Amino acid sequence: MSATGAKRVLLVGGSSEIAVAIGRRLAVDGAVRPYLLGRSAEQLERAAAELVQAGCEPAAVGIVDAAALPSHAAAVEQAFASAGGFDIVVIAVGMLGGQEGLDSDPDTAAEVMQVNFLGAGSLMMDCLRALRSQGSGTLIVLSSVAAERARAGNAIYGAAKAGLDALAQGLADATASTGVRVLVVRPGFVTTKMTEGLPPAPMATTAAAVADATVLALDGKAHTIWVPGRLRYLFAVLRHLPRPVFRRLPL
Amino acid sequence: MPTRDAAAPGAPRARTRSATPGQRIPEASRTRLSGWGGALGVESLVLRPEDIEQAQATLAAQSRSADAVRGVIPRGMGRSYGDAAQLAGGHVIDVTGMREFSLDGARGTVTAQAGVTLGELLGSLVPAGWMLPVVPGTQHVSVGGAIASDIHGKNHSTDGSFGHHVEALGLLTASGELLELVPGAPDGLFEATVGGMGLTGLIAWARIALKTVRSAMMTVDSDRVAHIDDALAVLASPAGGTYRVAWLDLVASRVGRGIVTRAEHIPDPGLAVASDGPRTVADGERATVATKFTVPARWPAGLLRASTIGPLNELRYRSVPRRKRGKLESIGTHLFPLDALNAWPRLYGPEGFLQYQLVVPYGHEDVLHSAIGGLRRRRVPCYLCVLKDMGEAGGAPLSFPISGWTLTLDIPWSAAGLRPLLDEFDCLVAEAGGRVYLSKDARMRPDALAAMYPELDRWRAARDRVDPERRWRSDLALRTGLVESVSG
Repeated sequence: MSATGAKRVLLVGGSSEIAVAIGRRLAVDGAVRPYLLGRSAEQLERAAAELVQAGCEPAAVGIVDAAALPSHAAAVEQAFASAGGFDIVVIAVGMLGGQEGLDSDPDTAAEVMQVNFLGAGSLMMDCLRALRSQGSGTLIVLSSVAAERARAGNAIYGAAKAGLDALAQGLADATASTGVRVLVVRPGFVTTKMTEGLPPAPMATTAAAVADATVLALDGKAHTIWVPGRLRYLFAVLRHLPRPVFRRLPL
Repeated sequence: MPTRDAAAPGAPRARTRSATPGQRIPEASRTRLSGWGGALGVESLVLRPEDIEQAQATLAAQSRSADAVRGVIPRGMGRSYGDAAQLAGGHVIDVTGMREFSLDGARGTVTAQAGVTLGELLGSLVPAGWMLPVVPGTQHVSVGGAIASDIHGKNHSTDGSFGHHVEALGLLTASGELLELVPGAPDGLFEATVGGMGLTGLIAWARIALKTVRSAMMTVDSDRVAHIDDALAVLASPAGGTYRVAWLDLVASRVGRGIVTRAEHIPDPGLAVASDGPRTVADGERATVATKFTVPARWPAGLLRASTIGPLNELRYRSVPRRKRGKLESIGTHLFPLDALNAWPRLYGPEGFLQYQLVVPYGHEDVLHSAIGGLRRRRVPCYLCVLKDMGEAGGAPLSFPISGWTLTLDIPWSAAGLRPLLDEFDCLVAEAGGRVYLSKDARMRPDALAAMYPELDRWRAARDRVDPERRWRSDLALRTGLVESVSG
């Protein structure tokens, strides 16, 4: 908490719709002091303005490129130093692309894997280290149901998210005794500007619904949540389907 | 360019200049800043130029820095109560190093750089027989801040706001140009800068028209009133001095009892102290207030509550006779009473307080009653409440004063249910055609701003002419939507 009792919240990938929705949702319950990290200054400024106009306290922004791995430690350190630590960190770094699988543009495919796994993973680890040294806080990682079992249509995105998801789950156990909590959020298809133009999948959800479920989970003890919640049971079945059956599903 | 008045007691300290003026650029220091209310502290990159050339060079360097995207905002003495003179993670140009001024006795004007405080000016001007036409409730505001907030004083009904007496000002714009602005130009830039919250550029200097005074003393009439309606009646009566204000006790069981004061500069030299002979340094001292006590940094917040304020208010109320005429008080004692208590916001503890100041047109006294009643019903404590009359608006689009009643409420941030209550007040005020003072604000929402300041678009149009990229920003501007994100 800050001196005035506001929750200090670091949004990594701060201009993502889900990150902003989580910030807005947190501000409904009490004072929130946001810090946004991301690549585009202009988009971060717009997101910061949206947050303060929704009732958040003054927001700060910092620039970091998920693909520029060596720059991560300094940017995260700067954010923690400037805010005096964080109560909540949200890792919402990600990009969509490479839906054509093997036929995708190779550069795009590599970039999706780099940003969604290496970039997000590296930022997450820097944040976890900082949280571990302060001995408190919750780290929220935006994963995806695609991490549970990738389909032909999202093999590249799904594989990168699977890597991030596994990293988060493993490090969650490693930091469990240090006072730091990790919450992995696995949304289904979220209708946002990132998924604009894609055919919506069944059980599509919204950024606001993901934020609601995430903030609700902060009060509980869950380490992983699915949005909408029934995806948990659907994927519990799907992940165990034999390959020939899964392959033929109209997903 | 203003030059230093060597004879002035408040003359600036001598400073060494580099061989090539403007080339030496102050280093940015990461500093925690907050408004005078103490809440919403943020870390900003603070730059402190020592003259106008350095300010220009500083602004140019800021535009090239990696953190330039966040924006930049000028800051003076930090007496805005909320988040007007800060920018989380952005640059803040502290103008308190720019402190030269000179008096032109023949024309009755003073030309002062942005960082000169009104107290410094009064200390020099009053012994020479001059007075600033408008001063707020503290001497510790800068000239730049006084214009950017278009401050008002207890004499607003007769003398208008501070901006009304500014003949010309120098504005350092986002492009690095130093413009000289005068009222009434077709671009409306002078009017957009007066009350413009520092968002059109950095006010580098200003030329202010003065009025004459015969003495550093004032004659004060006070009346005890039992109810807010009596206070309104006394303030509305044409009799008495032009410096008028009512203090209301909202802690007492008889809510709204108070004291109305009406004061005037001494017109008759026979009454004045040292008015006929050569003016003395003592006159300068009487025009200001020395610090008598500093509230320690670790003041326990719990001491400020109804049970402690109640008896103090009782004492204050009883210490004034029912009706007193012609009491002599110095300018400083009468106009800046709280300045004797240095760092007084610390009384509210680390969470700080907010000051909510509204104005509603005459005929909408019901809003005043609703506000005071609302605080009482929701059990939101208000430890200081001030009421006064205001005169005609000045014509600057974001300037606060309009003809009507202004009510000021000091409330601790820790008060439960404060935000929703003030959102309700905002609606009442906007519906009545009134507004809330941006220099005090720390929580207003964008829709309220648009409803209260109908000339917002006119202001934005003038601002866009000098700052199309919207580099000048503050936490206040982003929160209220005063400065919108550049679309794209």
